[in-house]
Amino acid sequence: MAVCIAVIAKENYPLYIRSSPTENELKFHYMVHTSLDVVDEKISAMGKALVDQRELYLGLLYPTEDYKVYGYVTNSKVKFVMVVDSSNTALRDNEIRSMFRKLHNSYTDVMCNPFYNPGDRIQSSRAFDNMVTSMMIQVC
Amino acid sequence: MADTVLFEFLHTEIVAELWAHDPDPGPGGQKMSLSVLEGMGFRVGQALGERLPRETLAFREELDVLKFLCKDLWVAVFQKQMDSLRTNHQGTYVLQDNSFPLLLPMASGLQYLEEAPKFLAFTCGLLRGALCTLGIESVVTASVAALPICKFQVVIPKS
Repeated sequence: MAVCIAVIAKENYPLYIRSSPTENELKFHYMVHTSLDVVDEKISAMGKALVDQRELYLGLLYPTEDYKVYGYVTNSKVKFVMVVDSSNTALRDNEIRSMFRKLHNSYTDVMCNPFYNPGDRIQSSRAFDNMVTSMMIQVC
Repeated sequence: MADTVLFEFLHTEIVAELWAHDPDPGPGGQKMSLSVLEGMGFRVGQALGERLPRETLAFREELDVLKFLCKDLWVAVFQKQMDSLRTNHQGTYVLQDNSFPLLLPMASGLQYLEEAPKFLAFTCGLLRGALCTLGIESVVTASVAALPICKFQVVIPKS
């Protein structure tokens, strides 16, 4: 269960960012912002390395004492960043990958919505909101 | 089987509707309708550019993106691959389709040559939209020498 989920556009501005309500939101916004540097580093490292396979899933970006940050970049250079509680050690890599895949599918659906202009903030998509809510920590 | 034909009919109707009000507009009006068509294709291309490469791995260079357009995008929209892709390695690519499905039912040869550009505008926009989502700004034009063979020229300006 994630604590914060963010969708960042190609030009590095946020399209969608949501954190678990009890915590200090600004702290998460800052974490996502700093993780963008790590994402850019990984992308350029992948470009230079002569690897045949280039994965979309970037893996663990950096761990802090309370949280772990995971990243994923799509072919259209849209980045997904997920902040997860460190104490929740039951979350395995496969689960994070499947969460990112669900995010990617929902984002694609938003993109295909004719009432959505690419580049706008994702504000009116209820389906996307519901999907993100299902992935975040349930706090009453 | 019926799915492919739905898009073709819809496309024909879109073109017919845009030209219905003024069957012989001057060059200004013609350009407006062509821009509208191209704009529609652009938005669709943006959405397709997001949806189609979903499970494929990240593209490494421009040529990979063009190959993706010729194979996956063309198969998804027209159920066939592009027949040839040529480049001058300076940012210009020529994509040739020897039997373009939107022109195929019209004629075979030189008949209706003047009408052909109307039916290519949407596809030009489609290519431009898909390229834009994948991070490449480009200018796409189309030309027809003899139906149903058509060439799409993609020019990517060097930054």
